[in-house]
Amino acid sequence: MSPTATRASDYQAQFEAFESGLSLNGSGWLHQHRKAALARFQELGFPTARRGNEAWKYTNVAPIARGAFTSAANGQEPSVTPADVRRLAPDARGWTRLVFVDGRFAGSLSSPPRNDGVRVANLAEAAATDRDLVERHLTRYAGYDDEAFTALNTAFLRDGAFIGLERGQTIDDAVHLVFVATGREATAANPRVLIVAREESRATIVESYVSLGDAARFTNAVTEIALEPGATVDHYRLALESPATYHVGLTRASLGRDATLTSASITLGAALVRHDLGVSLDGPGASCRLNGLYATRDRQHVDNHTFIDHASPHTTSRQYYKGVVDGESRAVFSGRVLVRPGAQHADAQQANRNLVLSQGAEVDTKPSLEIFADDVRCSHGATAGHLDEDAVFYLRSRGLDEDMARGVLVRGFVQEIIDTIGLNAVRAFTTRLFAASLAGA
Amino acid sequence: MLEIRNLHVAIGGTEILKGVDLTVNAGEVHAIMGPNGSGKSTLTNVLAGNPAYQVTAGEVRYQGADLLAMPPEIRAREGLFLAFQYPVELPGVRNREFLRTAVNAIRQHRSLDPMELKDFNKLLQEKIKLMKMDSSLVKRSVNEGFSGGEKKRNEMLQMAVLEPRLALLDETDSGLDIDALKTVAEGVNQLKRPDNAIVIVTHYQRMLNYIIPDFVHVLIDGRIVRSGGRELALELESQGYEGIRGDVAATAGAEAGG
Ligand SMILES: Nc1ncnc2c1ncn2[C@@H]1O[C@H](COP(=O)(O)OP(=O)(O)O)[C@@H](O)[C@H]1O
Ligand SMILES: [Mg+2]
Repeated sequence: MSPTATRASDYQAQFEAFESGLSLNGSGWLHQHRKAALARFQELGFPTARRGNEAWKYTNVAPIARGAFTSAANGQEPSVTPADVRRLAPDARGWTRLVFVDGRFAGSLSSPPRNDGVRVANLAEAAATDRDLVERHLTRYAGYDDEAFTALNTAFLRDGAFIGLERGQTIDDAVHLVFVATGREATAANPRVLIVAREESRATIVESYVSLGDAARFTNAVTEIALEPGATVDHYRLALESPATYHVGLTRASLGRDATLTSASITLGAALVRHDLGVSLDGPGASCRLNGLYATRDRQHVDNHTFIDHASPHTTSRQYYKGVVDGESRAVFSGRVLVRPGAQHADAQQANRNLVLSQGAEVDTKPSLEIFADDVRCSHGATAGHLDEDAVFYLRSRGLDEDMARGVLVRGFVQEIIDTIGLNAVRAFTTRLFAASLAGA
Repeated sequence: MLEIRNLHVAIGGTEILKGVDLTVNAGEVHAIMGPNGSGKSTLTNVLAGNPAYQVTAGEVRYQGADLLAMPPEIRAREGLFLAFQYPVELPGVRNREFLRTAVNAIRQHRSLDPMELKDFNKLLQEKIKLMKMDSSLVKRSVNEGFSGGEKKRNEMLQMAVLEPRLALLDETDSGLDIDALKTVAEGVNQLKRPDNAIVIVTHYQRMLNYIIPDFVHVLIDGRIVRSGGRELALELESQGYEGIRGDVAATAGAEAGG
């Protein structure tokens, strides 16, 4: 019997156990998605570098396939305290907070929106209470036909976050979604987020993926964001799990006319992080600004894949990802920008800069522009370089020892991205986190 | 304070300094002049400890100790300061925080407690005023996007804050307009005390109208070919380095012949 078959039957058995524990009231339609997604996952299997698979060329997910990760069993009490949540992730007064422990919604740790008109809820409930909206949008942006991990996430879809903004509605304080992985060995979580922002609405949303303890974990997260015309969303995604965690995430956004998405993707700590961020600029005037920051060490692996689809004229995209790569670690950046025929006056800029601190570290950065319109402005750049020794000497000539000098320069390198973080609590938290992580760099 | 004996320095196998001798005592102001490429910046960089330069022979004593054996940060903490000819840009490193880190590194070396933030800010404001600097520059990244003149002033600000015992100014005057030059000179003159010393590297005598040197040395092709008082700078101004070069060649020829 081949190992693949063993795993397939494992997932089938897991799926049956998982589904039998769900109540189907009002969300039978979801059951159909789950079943179809599991079948699709069984066909696709985990991606491998073979089969000419560019998207997974540099990132080996065999440890995930081998890891026999299983979803958290039902009915376990979260062993997480409110203090843990505040310590592990950014926090500020007034934020609405949904907390998930090992993929399951933890109501006791969550704080509902203060304003009744704001719909922020566990997706499992929203699938019934806001069925029309959820059914219309869920799986629409992150389909499970081609993406094995998204298929797996959808097959095991249960809890997650639903954020629904009414037309013209503004949420001043951030909505914080905290996904905590606890100490139970070989647990998988498949959290799902759906954000639907109606016309001219506005919100700031933070997703934090964190761990308590250092057991081997697998997080497989999918986020879908729909921005109707004129909507504005600031989206922060912090993947900060423990060094034994494998994290695969996929975020898909669709932007209508004049909608604006600002995204910051901050990555630190896990054994492997793969994040696919796809933004489709579907309406004229839509624009996105995507920033990313990562630091890797030891044998960590961080892989950011971005895809910007300029599908309409007068659309703008800005991407700036920076990373510090140390030890035997590896950073991958693949940025694809597509300007479709007719998307005149598209304006796309992309840059990825890496600071390489060790001989053993590796950077694979691959920007690509595919342009099928003639009146466009597009640029991209990618670099991987070492610390400037003249700069190190300059600092030493002012009394800083060599370690201090290098630390100051490395922190300066990341500062440029940190400065783009508009949300104070996230900026302060990220500053502290990277300062601590890069102190000895 | 500083004694340089027979200093030979190479970069990547090419000898740049070919036996420099120089003594600087506390309370003195020295000027080193010389044409482009003669080795002036090489000398200042070696004194500051730039690892890109190899000392192939000679010795340097600073306050009685072996300067060349000290790492650059120890030289700085012991009071040596180089105002760079081409200050590097440090993206993302805030000027104010950088200066505070430097001040406290030096204080720690001298067994002093870190300076209170309030005291540091006061000191910084004072020195910003002294250097007539745009105070927004200290909130920015060190030298990043600064004009040539702003970079030079920023070097002077650092010098004023760190209060060195031995200050080396490498062409601080170039890129400064006359008003800026006067301000910088005033700042330098305020630093002058009987227990410290200043070495000014320049190839114009302009700066020396405002900071009066006790000694002037002419560095050509890696050697100090003449030393004298303030009048040597004026002589250089009128005759140019070619004149001095001619003198030297004549002297060398006479020696060889005699
Ligand atoms: N990093 C370097 N690599 C190779 N040669 C250098 C380097 N820096 C300076 N030089 C050479 O050393 C000589 C002296 O340079 P420098 O000390 O900068 O002169 P000055 O400051 O008097 O103009 C010049 O010929 C210059 O080209
Ligand atoms: Mg020079």
